[in-house]
Amino acid sequence: MTTTDIRASSATLDRSAVNKPRNMGQIMRWLLLFLGGILMVMPIAYMISTSLKWPHEVYNINLIPDEPTIENYTYVLEDGRFYWWFVNSIIIATITTISNLLFDSLVGYTLCKFRFPGRMIVFIAILSTLMIPTEMLVIPWYLMSQSLGWLDSYWGIMFPGLMTAFGTFLMKQFFESVPDDFIEAARIDGLNELQIWWTVAMPLVKPALAALAIFVFLGNWTAFLWPLIVTNSVEMYTIPVGLSGFGDEADVAWELIMTGAAISTIPTLVVFLIFQRFIIRGVVMAGLKG
Amino acid sequence: MRLYSNLSIKQKQIVWAWAFLALPVLFYGIIRFYPTGTAFVISFQEWNLLGDRTWIGWDNYVELWNDPVFWKVFVNTFEYLLIGTPLSLVLSFIIAYHLDKLRFMHGFLRMLYFLPFMTSAVAMAWVWRWFYQDVPIGLFNNLLASVGIPQIAFLNSTTNALPAVLAPAVWAGLGFQVIIFMAGLRAIPQSYYEAAKIDGVGWWTVLTQITIPLLRPTIVFIVVFSSIGFLRIFDHVFNMTTNNPGGPLNSTKPLVLMIYDTAFNGFNMGYAAAQTVVLFLILLLVSLAQLWLLRSD
Repeated sequence: MTTTDIRASSATLDRSAVNKPRNMGQIMRWLLLFLGGILMVMPIAYMISTSLKWPHEVYNINLIPDEPTIENYTYVLEDGRFYWWFVNSIIIATITTISNLLFDSLVGYTLCKFRFPGRMIVFIAILSTLMIPTEMLVIPWYLMSQSLGWLDSYWGIMFPGLMTAFGTFLMKQFFESVPDDFIEAARIDGLNELQIWWTVAMPLVKPALAALAIFVFLGNWTAFLWPLIVTNSVEMYTIPVGLSGFGDEADVAWELIMTGAAISTIPTLVVFLIFQRFIIRGVVMAGLKG
Repeated sequence: MRLYSNLSIKQKQIVWAWAFLALPVLFYGIIRFYPTGTAFVISFQEWNLLGDRTWIGWDNYVELWNDPVFWKVFVNTFEYLLIGTPLSLVLSFIIAYHLDKLRFMHGFLRMLYFLPFMTSAVAMAWVWRWFYQDVPIGLFNNLLASVGIPQIAFLNSTTNALPAVLAPAVWAGLGFQVIIFMAGLRAIPQSYYEAAKIDGVGWWTVLTQITIPLLRPTIVFIVVFSSIGFLRIFDHVFNMTTNNPGGPLNSTKPLVLMIYDTAFNGFNMGYAAAQTVVLFLILLLVSLAQLWLLRSD
């Protein structure tokens, strides 16, 4: 085989060179994957389509409504409850995300960059909490909340998730890439340790912070079991708990349930469509490093 | 303050480290470790949340062992795992393998597969529940009716209900696994493929001798991650069977739903805690299996 042959064969292997489907095989592959992809988004498409249909059209299988209407949204939002649940979910997911960004990175940073007695013990202790399933803790958390008066409150919903071992290890991994020289230099410049963490180290791990923020926010936005247990008044429900109860009410029309489902799903979908590349990179980082 | 400035640099570091860790250590102690201990303790007690706690030793575990519902639930939980994990592993690998070979509108296709991961389980459980309704309501049966195939009872059938509940869970997790697989595929050095190409090896040999062996860490991660997910399935089951949680006839009830029911509908806290200990042990075994599998690398 001549050198040109080898170069030619490695060029066809070079992924960036394959810009368009060239042969039948590639076209078939593209079509099948496209078809599969369309099937994947069908449930979401039907949810949105049904939420835009009039009652008489709901049970038609057509995807595009004949006469689209936002009547269902007006109805559901005027009812007021979804508005409350939406606000609750936003508040809870936002505060929890901020708390995780601060504490997980502070702990990750400390475990990564400081040498102190007890470091290994703290490290292993936090690592071992990854093994404890939430489902095992909900009963003790409930008893704790009951005796401390935390039931049915924002704090009660939020407290279990304010820090996570997963986030701590994700951040610790990323602080490894911050050179110790930077920190040493900042120390010589007279910054205290809190300033070094905040002004030197934190800006260098922004991609990791963003990935963590997405994970924590999505996790809390969709969290169901604990909010279901800890809340009991309708005004304190989060969106998933509210939607679950709403769907279960007698004689609730399916188009209204689909509208509620759409209200709870569309925000995360919009965020995803805007930050798509970035979120997928974050998922890979968190999945492989966390 | 003078005390602090008298410390050596090393001692100052120790003070800072513990100042940073004070609150988190307190948090992990009170919100993670203490409740874990409590769960174990309650599992040895009889308690209905109102009366006194009485120590009953292993009675809850014995009751669990003799409870036919528990065994039904145990089998269900593993059915979710044993159907869900291989199915989503194979599907996501096939999708990732082919998607990786395409450049034309690659980002768009990837988005289609990933979108379901961004949805909320509760919302999608209700969407799928609607799909599964009988004619004239449900989409699936309407589609079947339009081509003249007899109706299928999905959620009302003791045999079909479990796969029907599992389907949206597999669907929602697929995109994540595809993304992880594609990252794994990208990490395989091109030189292996080039060498194979020069040697004139067929695609099947390349797949089974190069791609899959080199993907082992990725495969182990995905298997463990999705196994843990399926063992903890709750949101989908609860929301698709709210009229009769875990039904019909407990045919869809997973362990977490049994725990929820026992604790927060039956207020049998000790018995529920014993069930959580069982769940903990199952998940521990899965995690240890992962460590063991990755160890030999």
